Amino acid sequence: MFDFLTSGQYDVLGAFWVTVQLTLYSAVGSLVWGTVLAGMRVSPVPVMRAFGTAYVDIVRNIPLTVIIIGCSLGLNQTLGVTLGGGTFKEIGFRLAVLGFIAYTGTFVCEALRSGINTVPVGQAEAARALGLSFFQVLTMIVLPQAFRAVVAPLTNVLIALTKNTTVAAAIGVAEAALLMKEMIENEPQALFAVFGVFALGFVVLTLPTGLLLGWVAKRVAVKR
Amino acid sequence: MKVFKAGAAAAVAAVLALTATACGGSSDKASSDGGASGGAKDKIVIGIKFDQPGLGLKTPDGKFAGFDVDVATYVAKELGYQPDQIEFKQAVSAERENLLANGDVKLVVATYTINDKRKAKVDFAGPYFKAHQDLLVRADDTSITKAEDLNSKKLCSVTGSTSAQNVHDKLAPKADLQQYPGYSECLTGLENKAVDALTTDDSILAGYAAQEKNKGKFKLVGLKLSDEPYGIGLKKGDKDLQTKVNAALKKMVEDGSWQKAVEKNFGPANYKAEPAPQITEGS
Repeated sequence: MFDFLTSGQYDVLGAFWVTVQLTLYSAVGSLVWGTVLAGMRVSPVPVMRAFGTAYVDIVRNIPLTVIIIGCSLGLNQTLGVTLGGGTFKEIGFRLAVLGFIAYTGTFVCEALRSGINTVPVGQAEAARALGLSFFQVLTMIVLPQAFRAVVAPLTNVLIALTKNTTVAAAIGVAEAALLMKEMIENEPQALFAVFGVFALGFVVLTLPTGLLLGWVAKRVAVKR
Repeated sequence: MKVFKAGAAAAVAAVLALTATACGGSSDKASSDGGASGGAKDKIVIGIKFDQPGLGLKTPDGKFAGFDVDVATYVAKELGYQPDQIEFKQAVSAERENLLANGDVKLVVATYTINDKRKAKVDFAGPYFKAHQDLLVRADDTSITKAEDLNSKKLCSVTGSTSAQNVHDKLAPKADLQQYPGYSECLTGLENKAVDALTTDDSILAGYAAQEKNKGKFKLVGLKLSDEPYGIGLKKGDKDLQTKVNAALKKMVEDGSWQKAVEKNFGPANYKAEPAPQITEGS
């Protein structure tokens, strides 16, 4: 029943490696972008606050599939954006990462904003009293404490991102879900075995993430 | 307690009644499916593609059109079902085997290429059509004349499809292959010159090229990169139905309906279909 795994025809590990890469690049990117967005949303500049709010409210409500296909069909096929990639393989990967960052950043931003709310106002007021600027207050006093409070919610975002990477199959990025489609086309007799292998693959990817970061969350949380 | 008992008895009775009717329903269906004597009977469910112009397409007004639909209608007629007794059900590629195995559909007429791995799970009648993997290019493009030319070209196909695998495994491993969930996405790129060619079965390509909005924009290269004998999928082991469907297909070719259906559905694409293939399954 599982002979499709040993036939050497399918590079299951390679496909999951692409999934891991997609996840890592997108995670780093959305952490940065989400932090910037959170900074905007709490900043004293009204225009930045408005932009942050509008961006988060709009982008997080667009289905991810629409964003990813829009990146590929709209940006690449119609407008000719390549993000410096030469082949469709590179272009597709980069566009997918771009789409995931744009989407996941909104969730990181909202998680972080809730973390900022856990920091007592007195902290920021004390920092202001010392003469620190808004940027200094945010990066030196507020955000370090906020991050420690939101490790657990960010873990959920990361796990969701890992699973969301399967959407990249829609624009031909050769990750796990695309290989699964290929295998279903070729191995109809082993349909459930194929599903099982890929389901297990994702559990193997996400379960340790959850356990590890859950432990980290407990270690670093600020006890108030 | 008494109330509870009464309730339980009622529930048991209801369950029994339901299962009894369910059994009755299914045996009714089985007996009517078996006979080809015609006359009053319930519907036949046939799996087709809903998204392939020229072969199986659900039109915006809820009707169905295409070569597979014509074949399905003809075969159903030979089995004793009038067109209004046919219920078409969408059979996407990955689900075809299960639809048949579960008895959700009686026949699958959905660009279903006969091969050994599929035969392990279902039986086929036919083939009723022989397609070949081919390329669709812009009408003014003459730079692709053989499969090797693809190595320097940008190519588009459907995610996970046999055609896509064929390209990167055998035909042109260096070709820059983009995969999308559907052919329409590929056509966007082809029109905008983001891709140079679209590959899949020539019958499917011809259907797209023949569409009203695409007329004159694209052409088939005509390379015959593979053989794709389309069969009608049946539940495994239903030899009786297989014989009947084969007979229906034979009759369809002999009385000219087959040729007419080919011309009607693929004609405008400048696509020359081969004569009807010999029936090889089950005979």
